[in-house]
Amino acid sequence: MENLIEIKGVRHSYRTASGPLPVLDGLDVTVPEGGFVAVVGPSGCGKSTLTRLVAGLLIPDEGTVNVHGTRITAPRSNVGMAFQNPVLLEWRTILDNVMLPLEIVPNKLTKAQGEDRARKLLALVGLEGFESKRPSELSGGMKQRASLCRALIHQPEVLILDEPFGALDAFTREDLWQTMHKVKAEEPFTGVLITHDLRESIFLADQVVVLSGRPAKTQFVMDIPDTGLRTLEDLYTPLAAERLNVLRHQIEVAQGRVAA
Amino acid sequence: MKARQVLVPLAAVVVFLVLWEALVWVMGWPNYKMASPSDLIPAYEKYWSLFLIMGWQTLWRTIVGLLLAVIFGTGLGMVMGFSRTMRDALYPLLVGFNAVPKATVVPIVALMFVGWHDFNTVLIAFMISFFPIAVSVSIGLSTLEPEYRDILRSLGASQAQVFWKIALPKTLPEFFGALKVSVTLAFIGTNLMEIVSPHGRGLGALFDSGKTNSDYPLMFAVLIALAFLGIVLYYIVVALEKIFAGWADRTV
Ligand SMILES: Nc1ncnc2c1ncn2[C@@H]1O[C@H](COP(=O)(O)OP(=O)(O)OP(=O)(O)O)[C@@H](O)[C@H]1O
Ligand SMILES: [Mg+2]
Repeated sequence: MENLIEIKGVRHSYRTASGPLPVLDGLDVTVPEGGFVAVVGPSGCGKSTLTRLVAGLLIPDEGTVNVHGTRITAPRSNVGMAFQNPVLLEWRTILDNVMLPLEIVPNKLTKAQGEDRARKLLALVGLEGFESKRPSELSGGMKQRASLCRALIHQPEVLILDEPFGALDAFTREDLWQTMHKVKAEEPFTGVLITHDLRESIFLADQVVVLSGRPAKTQFVMDIPDTGLRTLEDLYTPLAAERLNVLRHQIEVAQGRVAA
Repeated sequence: MKARQVLVPLAAVVVFLVLWEALVWVMGWPNYKMASPSDLIPAYEKYWSLFLIMGWQTLWRTIVGLLLAVIFGTGLGMVMGFSRTMRDALYPLLVGFNAVPKATVVPIVALMFVGWHDFNTVLIAFMISFFPIAVSVSIGLSTLEPEYRDILRSLGASQAQVFWKIALPKTLPEFFGALKVSVTLAFIGTNLMEIVSPHGRGLGALFDSGKTNSDYPLMFAVLIALAFLGIVLYYIVVALEKIFAGWADRTV
Protein backbone atom coordinates (compact mmCIF):
# COMPACT_ATOMS: atom_id res chain seq x y z
CA MET A 1 0.00 0.00 0.00
CA GLU A 2 1.09 3.55 -0.68
CA ASN A 3 2.30 5.56 2.28
CA LEU A 4 -0.18 8.31 2.97
CA ILE A 5 1.85 10.06 5.65
CA GLU A 6 5.63 10.16 5.45
CA ILE A 7 7.67 11.89 8.11
CA LYS A 8 11.38 11.74 7.34
CA GLY A 9 14.34 12.98 9.35
CA VAL A 10 12.37 15.71 11.05
CA ARG A 11 14.13 18.05 13.45
CA HIS A 12 12.42 20.85 15.22
CA SER A 13 13.21 23.33 18.00
CA TYR A 14 10.91 25.79 19.74
CA ARG A 15 12.29 29.27 20.29
CA THR A 16 11.89 29.99 23.98
CA ALA A 17 13.03 32.82 26.23
CA SER A 18 15.97 30.70 27.37
CA GLY A 19 17.12 29.80 23.85
CA PRO A 20 16.08 27.12 21.37
CA LEU A 21 14.48 24.00 22.85
CA PRO A 22 15.12 20.98 20.62
CA VAL A 23 11.97 18.88 20.62
CA LEU A 24 12.25 16.53 17.66
CA ASP A 25 15.54 15.17 16.34
CA GLY A 26 15.48 12.40 13.79
CA LEU A 27 11.82 11.54 13.67
CA ASP A 28 10.66 9.00 11.11
CA VAL A 29 7.06 7.82 10.92
CA THR A 30 5.19 6.39 7.97
CA VAL A 31 1.53 5.56 7.86
CA PRO A 32 0.13 3.58 4.92
CA GLU A 33 -3.23 4.53 3.45
CA GLY A 34 -5.91 3.21 5.78
CA GLY A 35 -3.34 2.55 8.50
CA PHE A 36 -3.70 3.55 12.12
CA VAL A 37 -0.48 4.35 13.95
CA ALA A 38 -0.27 4.90 17.68
CA VAL A 39 2.54 7.08 18.99
CA VAL A 40 3.65 6.66 22.59
CA GLY A 41 6.52 8.24 24.47
CA PRO A 42 7.52 9.99 27.68
CA SER A 43 5.54 13.05 28.74
CA GLY A 44 6.72 16.23 27.04
CA CYS A 45 8.83 14.41 24.45
CA GLY A 46 7.18 16.10 21.47
CA LYS A 47 4.13 14.00 20.57
CA SER A 48 1.75 16.94 20.21
CA THR A 49 4.41 18.72 18.19
CA LEU A 50 4.31 15.77 15.80
CA THR A 51 0.55 16.16 15.32
CA ARG A 52 0.97 19.88 14.62
CA LEU A 53 3.50 19.01 11.92
CA VAL A 54 1.14 16.59 10.21
CA ALA A 55 -1.68 19.15 10.37
CA GLY A 56 0.54 21.77 8.77
CA LEU A 57 0.21 24.04 11.79
CA LEU A 58 3.99 23.91 12.23
CA ILE A 59 6.75 23.67 9.65
CA PRO A 60 9.79 21.64 10.76
CA ASP A 61 13.24 23.20 10.85
CA GLU A 62 14.63 20.23 8.93
CA GLY A 63 13.28 17.12 7.24
CA THR A 64 10.01 16.61 5.43
CA VAL A 65 6.40 15.82 6.21
CA ASN A 66 4.53 14.49 3.19
CA VAL A 67 0.87 13.62 2.87
CA HIS A 68 -0.07 11.84 -0.36
CA GLY A 69 3.37 12.64 -1.69
CA THR A 70 2.83 16.39 -1.25
CA ARG A 71 5.09 18.26 1.10
CA ILE A 72 3.10 19.96 3.86
CA THR A 73 3.95 23.63 4.18
CA ALA A 74 0.63 25.04 5.41
CA PRO A 75 -2.62 23.74 6.89
CA ARG A 76 -4.74 21.89 4.36
CA SER A 77 -8.35 21.03 4.74
CA ASN A 78 -7.78 17.26 4.55
CA VAL A 79 -7.16 16.62 8.25
CA GLY A 80 -9.50 16.16 11.16
CA MET A 81 -8.29 16.71 14.71
CA ALA A 82 -9.49 15.75 18.17
CA PHE A 83 -7.72 16.51 21.43
CA GLN A 84 -7.89 15.54 25.08
CA ASN A 85 -9.91 18.72 25.55
CA PRO A 86 -13.01 18.23 23.36
CA VAL A 87 -13.16 22.01 22.63
CA LEU A 88 -16.81 22.04 21.63
CA LEU A 89 -18.36 25.47 21.14
CA GLU A 90 -20.73 26.10 24.04
CA TRP A 91 -23.01 28.39 22.06
CA ARG A 92 -23.76 25.79 19.44
CA THR A 93 -25.85 22.64 19.59
CA ILE A 94 -24.08 19.31 19.21
CA LEU A 95 -25.31 19.06 15.63
CA ASP A 96 -23.99 22.53 14.75
CA ASN A 97 -20.70 21.73 16.46
CA VAL A 98 -20.26 18.65 14.34
CA MET A 99 -21.06 20.63 11.20
CA LEU A 100 -18.51 23.36 11.93
CA PRO A 101 -15.79 22.07 9.55
CA LEU A 102 -18.28 22.14 6.65
CA GLU A 103 -18.44 25.93 7.11
CA ILE A 104 -14.68 26.19 6.56
CA VAL A 105 -13.71 23.41 4.19
CA PRO A 106 -14.79 23.77 0.55
CA ASN A 107 -17.25 20.94 -0.08
CA LYS A 108 -20.03 19.91 -2.37
CA LEU A 109 -22.55 19.06 0.33
CA THR A 110 -25.73 21.10 0.62
CA LYS A 111 -26.73 22.16 4.10
CA ALA A 112 -29.30 19.36 4.26
CA GLN A 113 -26.79 16.76 3.09
CA GLY A 114 -24.26 17.98 5.63
CA GLU A 115 -26.86 17.73 8.35
CA ASP A 116 -27.76 14.21 7.26
CA ARG A 117 -24.14 13.20 7.41
CA ALA A 118 -23.72 14.76 10.85
CA ARG A 119 -26.77 12.89 12.14
CA LYS A 120 -25.47 9.65 10.70
CA LEU A 121 -22.08 10.12 12.39
CA LEU A 122 -23.70 11.02 15.70
CA ALA A 123 -25.82 7.88 15.52
CA LEU A 124 -22.72 5.84 14.69
CA VAL A 125 -20.98 6.95 17.91
CA GLY A 126 -24.15 6.48 19.96
CA LEU A 127 -25.26 10.10 20.29
CA GLU A 128 -28.63 9.72 18.59
CA GLY A 129 -31.15 11.98 20.31
CA PHE A 130 -28.51 14.47 21.53
CA GLU A 131 -28.32 16.49 18.30
CA SER A 132 -30.00 19.58 19.70
CA LYS A 133 -28.39 19.46 23.15
CA ARG A 134 -25.70 21.91 24.24
CA PRO A 135 -22.19 20.62 25.05
CA SER A 136 -22.69 21.53 28.72
CA GLU A 137 -25.49 18.95 28.88
CA LEU A 138 -23.17 16.09 27.85
CA SER A 139 -20.78 13.95 29.91
CA GLY A 140 -17.05 13.94 29.21
CA GLY A 141 -17.24 10.74 27.19
CA MET A 142 -20.18 12.02 25.14
CA LYS A 143 -18.33 15.25 24.39
CA GLN A 144 -15.40 13.22 23.08
CA ARG A 145 -17.78 11.27 20.85
CA ALA A 146 -19.14 14.52 19.45
CA SER A 147 -15.62 15.85 18.97
CA LEU A 148 -14.78 12.69 17.01
CA CYS A 149 -17.77 13.27 14.72
CA ARG A 150 -16.62 16.83 14.11
CA ALA A 151 -13.16 15.54 13.17
CA LEU A 152 -14.72 13.14 10.61
CA ILE A 153 -17.57 15.16 9.10
CA HIS A 154 -15.58 16.48 6.12
CA GLN A 155 -14.16 13.02 5.33
CA PRO A 156 -10.56 13.97 6.04
CA GLU A 157 -7.74 11.90 4.59
CA VAL A 158 -5.94 12.01 7.92
CA LEU A 159 -7.44 11.76 11.37
CA ILE A 160 -5.20 13.11 14.14
CA LEU A 161 -6.11 12.13 17.68
CA ASP A 162 -4.01 13.68 20.46
CA GLU A 163 -4.81 11.73 23.64
CA PRO A 164 -8.56 12.00 22.97
CA PHE A 165 -9.45 9.56 25.74
CA GLY A 166 -6.79 10.67 28.23
CA ALA A 167 -9.17 12.44 30.60
CA LEU A 168 -11.84 9.74 30.71
CA ASP A 169 -12.37 7.04 33.32
CA ALA A 170 -11.30 3.48 32.45
CA PHE A 171 -14.77 2.15 31.60
CA THR A 172 -15.75 5.07 29.40
CA ARG A 173 -12.39 4.80 27.69
CA GLU A 174 -12.93 1.13 26.85
CA ASP A 175 -16.38 2.00 25.50
CA LEU A 176 -14.81 4.58 23.23
CA TRP A 177 -12.15 2.14 22.02
CA GLN A 178 -14.92 -0.11 20.77
CA THR A 179 -16.67 2.86 19.21
CA MET A 180 -13.42 3.67 17.39
CA HIS A 181 -13.38 0.22 15.82
CA LYS A 182 -16.98 0.64 14.74
CA VAL A 183 -16.22 4.06 13.26
CA LYS A 184 -13.16 2.78 11.42
CA ALA A 185 -15.22 0.00 9.83
CA GLU A 186 -17.95 2.42 8.66
CA GLU A 187 -15.85 5.49 7.88
CA PRO A 188 -12.39 4.30 6.87
CA PHE A 189 -9.62 6.78 7.69
CA THR A 190 -5.86 6.96 8.00
CA GLY A 191 -5.04 7.81 11.57
CA VAL A 192 -2.37 8.95 13.98
CA LEU A 193 -3.21 8.39 17.63
CA ILE A 194 -1.15 9.92 20.41
CA THR A 195 -1.67 8.12 23.68
CA HIS A 196 -0.22 7.43 27.12
CA ASP A 197 -2.08 4.15 27.41
CA LEU A 198 -0.19 1.15 26.05
CA ARG A 199 -3.28 -1.07 26.14
CA GLU A 200 -5.09 1.53 24.08
CA SER A 201 -2.25 1.59 21.55
CA ILE A 202 -2.24 -2.17 20.94
CA PHE A 203 -6.02 -2.39 20.94
CA LEU A 204 -6.61 0.35 18.37
CA ALA A 205 -3.54 0.66 16.19
CA ASP A 206 -1.90 -1.58 13.62
CA GLN A 207 1.49 -0.10 14.41
CA VAL A 208 2.88 1.37 17.63
CA VAL A 209 5.75 3.87 17.46
CA VAL A 210 7.74 4.58 20.62
CA LEU A 211 9.48 7.95 20.73
CA SER A 212 12.60 8.56 22.80
CA GLY A 213 12.75 11.26 25.46
CA ARG A 214 13.13 14.88 24.37
CA PRO A 215 14.45 15.60 21.78
CA ALA A 216 12.39 12.76 20.35
CA LYS A 217 13.46 10.39 17.63
CA THR A 218 11.80 7.19 16.54
CA GLN A 219 13.13 4.65 19.02
CA PHE A 220 11.09 1.54 18.39
CA VAL A 221 8.34 0.32 16.07
CA MET A 222 5.99 -2.59 16.75
CA ASP A 223 3.56 -3.96 14.18
CA ILE A 224 0.25 -5.30 15.40
CA PRO A 225 -0.87 -7.53 12.51
CA ASP A 226 -4.55 -7.38 11.72
CA THR A 227 -6.25 -10.52 13.00
CA GLY A 228 -9.82 -9.54 12.29
CA LEU A 229 -12.19 -8.12 14.82
CA ARG A 230 -10.52 -7.15 18.10
CA THR A 231 -12.32 -7.53 21.39
CA LEU A 232 -11.41 -6.34 24.87
CA GLU A 233 -10.71 -9.96 25.81
CA ASP A 234 -7.79 -9.88 23.36
CA LEU A 235 -6.06 -7.57 25.82
CA TYR A 236 -5.82 -10.38 28.36
CA THR A 237 -4.11 -12.98 26.18
CA PRO A 238 -0.44 -14.00 26.61
CA LEU A 239 0.35 -12.36 23.27
CA ALA A 240 -1.04 -9.03 24.46
CA ALA A 241 0.83 -9.34 27.75
CA GLU A 242 4.07 -9.93 25.87
CA ARG A 243 3.52 -6.91 23.60
CA LEU A 244 2.71 -4.70 26.57
CA ASN A 245 5.89 -5.88 28.30
CA VAL A 246 8.04 -5.04 25.30
CA LEU A 247 6.43 -1.62 24.96
CA ARG A 248 6.73 -0.90 28.69
CA HIS A 249 10.41 -1.74 28.52
CA GLN A 250 10.85 0.61 25.55
CA ILE A 251 9.13 3.43 27.44
CA GLU A 252 11.46 2.91 30.38
CA VAL A 253 14.39 3.12 28.01
CA ALA A 254 12.94 6.30 26.52
CA GLN A 255 12.60 7.75 29.99
CA GLY A 256 16.24 6.90 30.64
CA ARG A 257 15.35 4.69 33.58
CA VAL A 258 16.96 1.55 32.14
CA ALA A 259 19.60 0.90 29.48
CA ALA A 260 18.42 -0.39 26.09
CA MET B 1 -41.02 36.67 32.67
CA LYS B 2 -42.61 35.47 35.88
CA ALA B 3 -44.67 37.77 38.07
CA ARG B 4 -42.18 37.14 40.85
CA GLN B 5 -39.39 38.74 38.83
CA VAL B 6 -41.37 41.99 38.60
CA LEU B 7 -43.15 42.01 41.95
CA VAL B 8 -40.20 41.23 44.20
CA PRO B 9 -37.95 44.09 43.02
CA LEU B 10 -40.96 46.42 43.01
CA ALA B 11 -41.81 45.48 46.59
CA ALA B 12 -38.17 46.09 47.55
CA VAL B 13 -38.38 49.61 46.09
CA VAL B 14 -41.60 50.34 47.98
CA VAL B 15 -40.10 49.08 51.26
CA PHE B 16 -37.03 51.22 50.62
CA LEU B 17 -39.16 54.37 50.04
CA VAL B 18 -41.26 53.72 53.13
CA LEU B 19 -38.16 53.23 55.31
CA TRP B 20 -36.64 56.41 53.86
CA GLU B 21 -39.80 58.40 54.58
CA ALA B 22 -39.99 56.96 58.10
CA LEU B 23 -36.33 57.69 58.80
CA VAL B 24 -36.64 61.35 57.81
CA TRP B 25 -39.86 61.68 59.80
CA VAL B 26 -38.51 59.99 62.96
CA MET B 27 -35.25 61.94 62.92
CA GLY B 28 -37.10 65.15 62.15
CA TRP B 29 -34.53 66.08 59.50
CA PRO B 30 -35.13 69.32 57.61
CA ASN B 31 -35.27 69.37 53.80
CA TYR B 32 -31.72 70.56 53.29
CA LYS B 33 -30.34 67.69 55.30
CA MET B 34 -32.38 64.95 53.76
CA ALA B 35 -35.49 65.31 51.64
CA SER B 36 -38.08 62.57 51.99
CA PRO B 37 -39.92 60.80 49.17
CA SER B 38 -43.06 62.83 49.84
CA ASP B 39 -41.06 66.03 49.20
CA LEU B 40 -39.99 64.69 45.82
CA ILE B 41 -43.46 64.39 44.34
CA PRO B 42 -44.00 68.17 44.22
CA ALA B 43 -40.56 68.56 42.65
CA TYR B 44 -41.47 66.10 39.87
CA GLU B 45 -44.87 67.79 39.40
CA LYS B 46 -43.30 71.21 39.08
CA TYR B 47 -40.44 70.29 36.75
CA TRP B 48 -41.73 67.22 34.89
CA SER B 49 -41.09 68.66 31.43
CA LEU B 50 -37.55 69.63 32.45
CA PHE B 51 -36.99 66.13 33.76
CA LEU B 52 -38.03 64.67 30.41
CA ILE B 53 -35.86 67.03 28.36
CA MET B 54 -32.82 66.78 30.62
CA GLY B 55 -33.24 63.04 31.13
CA TRP B 56 -33.22 62.56 27.37
CA GLN B 57 -30.07 64.70 27.07
CA THR B 58 -28.31 62.59 29.66
CA LEU B 59 -29.53 59.35 28.16
CA TRP B 60 -28.55 59.89 24.54
CA ARG B 61 -25.12 61.29 25.36
CA THR B 62 -24.40 58.37 27.66
CA ILE B 63 -25.48 55.90 25.00
CA VAL B 64 -23.44 57.57 22.25
CA GLY B 65 -20.37 57.66 24.52
CA LEU B 66 -20.95 54.03 25.37
CA LEU B 67 -21.31 53.00 21.72
CA LEU B 68 -18.02 54.72 20.92
CA ALA B 69 -16.45 52.94 23.90
CA VAL B 70 -17.73 49.60 22.61
CA ILE B 71 -16.35 50.20 19.11
CA PHE B 72 -13.01 51.60 20.25
CA GLY B 73 -12.65 49.24 23.21
CA THR B 74 -13.39 46.17 21.10
CA GLY B 75 -10.95 47.30 18.41
CA LEU B 76 -8.23 48.00 20.94
CA GLY B 77 -8.96 44.72 22.72
CA MET B 78 -8.65 42.85 19.43
CA VAL B 79 -5.31 44.44 18.62
CA MET B 80 -3.99 43.65 22.10
CA GLY B 81 -5.57 40.20 22.16
CA PHE B 82 -4.09 39.00 18.90
CA SER B 83 -0.65 40.62 19.07
CA ARG B 84 1.68 40.08 21.99
CA THR B 85 3.84 43.00 20.90
CA MET B 86 0.89 45.38 20.81
CA ARG B 87 -0.23 44.12 24.21
CA ASP B 88 3.20 44.75 25.74
CA ALA B 89 3.32 48.17 24.09
CA LEU B 90 -0.17 49.41 24.92
CA TYR B 91 -0.85 47.94 28.33
CA PRO B 92 1.22 50.39 30.45
CA LEU B 93 -0.21 53.33 28.51
CA LEU B 94 -3.72 52.09 29.01
CA VAL B 95 -3.28 51.41 32.71
CA GLY B 96 -1.72 54.82 33.23
CA PHE B 97 -4.54 56.47 31.34
CA ASN B 98 -7.09 54.63 33.43
CA ALA B 99 -5.33 55.50 36.68
CA VAL B 100 -5.84 59.24 36.17
CA PRO B 101 -8.97 60.16 38.17
CA LYS B 102 -11.49 61.28 35.59
CA ALA B 103 -12.81 63.97 37.92
CA THR B 104 -9.56 65.84 37.18
CA VAL B 105 -9.91 65.33 33.43
CA VAL B 106 -13.45 66.67 33.30
CA PRO B 107 -12.60 70.36 33.93
CA ILE B 108 -9.69 70.14 31.50
CA VAL B 109 -11.86 68.74 28.72
CA ALA B 110 -14.58 71.26 29.58
CA LEU B 111 -12.06 74.05 28.98
CA MET B 112 -10.42 72.47 25.93
CA PHE B 113 -13.64 72.25 23.97
CA VAL B 114 -15.52 75.04 25.63
CA GLY B 115 -18.92 75.60 24.05
CA TRP B 116 -19.06 72.10 22.57
CA HIS B 117 -21.15 70.73 25.36
CA ASP B 118 -22.52 67.65 23.60
CA PHE B 119 -19.08 66.74 22.31
CA ASN B 120 -17.48 67.21 25.74
CA THR B 121 -20.03 65.08 27.47
CA VAL B 122 -19.90 62.24 24.98
CA LEU B 123 -16.10 62.39 25.06
CA ILE B 124 -15.93 61.99 28.84
CA ALA B 125 -18.55 59.22 28.84
CA PHE B 126 -16.45 57.46 26.23
CA MET B 127 -13.08 58.03 27.93
CA ILE B 128 -14.25 56.77 31.25
CA SER B 129 -15.92 53.62 29.96
CA PHE B 130 -13.82 52.03 27.21
CA PHE B 131 -11.16 50.60 29.52
CA PRO B 132 -13.07 47.60 30.95
CA ILE B 133 -14.25 46.67 27.45
CA ALA B 134 -10.74 46.80 25.96
CA VAL B 135 -9.30 44.75 28.81
CA SER B 136 -12.02 42.10 28.74
CA VAL B 137 -11.86 41.63 24.97
CA SER B 138 -8.07 41.43 24.97
CA ILE B 139 -8.03 38.92 27.83
CA GLY B 140 -10.81 36.90 26.22
CA LEU B 141 -8.87 36.66 22.97
CA SER B 142 -5.42 36.07 24.42
CA THR B 143 -6.61 33.31 26.74
CA LEU B 144 -8.36 31.38 23.99
CA GLU B 145 -7.10 27.80 24.37
CA PRO B 146 -4.79 26.97 21.46
CA GLU B 147 -6.85 23.87 20.64
CA TYR B 148 -9.82 26.05 19.66
CA ARG B 149 -7.64 27.89 17.19
CA ASP B 150 -6.03 24.66 15.94
CA ILE B 151 -9.37 23.01 15.22
CA LEU B 152 -10.17 25.70 12.68
CA ARG B 153 -6.67 26.54 11.48
CA SER B 154 -5.94 22.91 10.63
CA LEU B 155 -8.88 23.12 8.21
CA GLY B 156 -7.26 26.08 6.48
CA ALA B 157 -9.41 28.74 8.15
CA SER B 158 -8.29 32.38 7.97
CA GLN B 159 -7.64 34.55 11.03
CA ALA B 160 -10.93 36.33 10.28
CA GLN B 161 -12.82 33.02 10.35
CA VAL B 162 -11.19 32.06 13.63
CA PHE B 163 -12.28 35.43 15.01
CA TRP B 164 -15.90 35.33 13.84
CA LYS B 165 -16.58 31.64 14.43
CA ILE B 166 -14.80 31.17 17.75
CA ALA B 167 -12.92 34.04 19.35
CA LEU B 168 -15.73 36.61 19.24
CA PRO B 169 -18.59 34.43 20.48
CA LYS B 170 -16.36 32.92 23.13
CA THR B 171 -15.49 36.39 24.44
CA LEU B 172 -19.11 37.61 24.58
CA PRO B 173 -19.81 36.65 28.23
CA GLU B 174 -16.75 38.58 29.44
CA PHE B 175 -17.61 41.41 27.09
CA PHE B 176 -21.06 41.79 28.61
CA GLY B 177 -19.63 41.59 32.12
CA ALA B 178 -17.41 44.52 31.21
CA LEU B 179 -20.24 46.35 29.48
CA LYS B 180 -22.27 46.33 32.71
CA VAL B 181 -19.40 48.08 34.46
CA SER B 182 -18.95 50.46 31.53
CA VAL B 183 -22.62 51.49 31.51
CA THR B 184 -22.32 52.74 35.06
CA LEU B 185 -19.01 54.43 34.34
CA ALA B 186 -20.30 56.18 31.21
CA PHE B 187 -23.24 57.44 33.21
CA ILE B 188 -20.92 58.88 35.84
CA GLY B 189 -18.86 60.51 33.09
CA THR B 190 -21.89 62.18 31.52
CA ASN B 191 -23.07 63.54 34.85
CA LEU B 192 -19.67 64.84 35.90
CA MET B 193 -19.46 66.87 32.72
CA GLU B 194 -23.04 68.11 33.01
CA ILE B 195 -22.43 69.30 36.56
CA VAL B 196 -19.07 70.93 35.90
CA SER B 197 -19.87 72.63 32.58
CA PRO B 198 -21.18 76.17 32.86
CA HIS B 199 -24.52 76.36 31.01
CA GLY B 200 -24.60 72.57 30.86
CA ARG B 201 -27.63 70.51 30.04
CA GLY B 202 -28.90 67.16 31.22
CA LEU B 203 -29.84 65.84 34.63
CA GLY B 204 -26.42 66.84 36.00
CA ALA B 205 -27.12 70.46 35.07
CA LEU B 206 -30.56 70.22 36.66
CA PHE B 207 -28.89 68.95 39.81
CA ASP B 208 -26.49 71.89 39.68
CA SER B 209 -29.32 74.41 39.32
CA GLY B 210 -31.05 72.79 42.31
CA LYS B 211 -27.86 73.37 44.26
CA THR B 212 -27.58 76.99 43.12
CA ASN B 213 -31.18 77.71 44.10
CA SER B 214 -31.01 75.73 47.34
CA ASP B 215 -33.88 73.61 46.01
CA TYR B 216 -33.02 70.50 48.00
CA PRO B 217 -36.02 68.38 47.02
CA LEU B 218 -35.08 69.01 43.37
CA MET B 219 -31.55 67.74 44.01
CA PHE B 220 -32.86 64.57 45.59
CA ALA B 221 -35.41 64.19 42.81
CA VAL B 222 -32.58 64.32 40.28
CA LEU B 223 -30.70 61.63 42.19
CA ILE B 224 -33.71 59.36 42.01
CA ALA B 225 -34.19 60.09 38.31
CA LEU B 226 -30.53 59.25 37.71
CA ALA B 227 -30.90 56.00 39.60
CA PHE B 228 -33.92 55.18 37.47
CA LEU B 229 -32.07 55.88 34.20
CA GLY B 230 -29.11 53.85 35.45
CA ILE B 231 -31.39 50.90 36.15
CA VAL B 232 -32.98 51.16 32.71
CA LEU B 233 -29.59 51.22 30.95
CA TYR B 234 -28.30 48.35 33.03
CA TYR B 235 -31.26 46.16 32.23
CA ILE B 236 -31.01 46.96 28.54
CA VAL B 237 -27.50 45.48 28.70
CA VAL B 238 -28.79 42.49 30.66
CA ALA B 239 -31.44 41.90 27.98
CA LEU B 240 -28.81 42.09 25.21
CA GLU B 241 -26.65 39.69 27.18
CA LYS B 242 -29.51 37.21 27.41
CA ILE B 243 -29.96 37.35 23.66
CA PHE B 244 -26.31 37.13 22.60
CA ALA B 245 -24.62 35.26 25.43
CA GLY B 246 -27.48 33.44 27.11
CA TRP B 247 -25.71 30.13 26.44
CA ALA B 248 -23.12 31.00 29.08
CA ASP B 249 -25.74 31.09 31.85
CA ARG B 250 -25.53 27.75 33.65
CA THR B 251 -27.88 28.61 36.53
CA VAL B 252 -31.00 27.41 34.73
N1 LIG C 1 4.75 26.69 21.55
C1 LIG C 1 5.78 26.23 22.29
N2 LIG C 1 6.80 27.04 22.63
C2 LIG C 1 7.83 26.57 23.37
N3 LIG C 1 7.93 25.33 23.84
C3 LIG C 1 6.93 24.47 23.54
C4 LIG C 1 5.80 24.88 22.76
N4 LIG C 1 4.98 23.82 22.64
C5 LIG C 1 5.56 22.81 23.32
N5 LIG C 1 6.74 23.18 23.85
C6 LIG C 1 7.66 22.33 24.61
O1 LIG C 1 8.08 21.31 23.74
C7 LIG C 1 8.12 20.07 24.41
C8 LIG C 1 7.26 19.07 23.68
O2 LIG C 1 5.92 19.50 23.70
P1 LIG C 1 4.73 18.58 23.22
O3 LIG C 1 3.47 19.26 23.57
O4 LIG C 1 4.93 18.22 21.80
O5 LIG C 1 4.94 17.29 24.13
P2 LIG C 1 4.00 16.04 24.33
O6 LIG C 1 4.83 14.84 24.07
O7 LIG C 1 2.74 16.18 23.58
O8 LIG C 1 3.71 16.12 25.89
P3 LIG C 1 2.48 15.47 26.70
O9 LIG C 1 2.77 14.04 26.80
O10 LIG C 1 2.57 16.14 28.03
O11 LIG C 1 1.25 15.80 25.95
C9 LIG C 1 7.64 20.32 25.83
O12 LIG C 1 8.78 20.37 26.65
C10 LIG C 1 6.97 21.65 25.76
O13 LIG C 1 7.20 22.35 26.96
MG1 LIG D 1 0.69 16.45 24.14
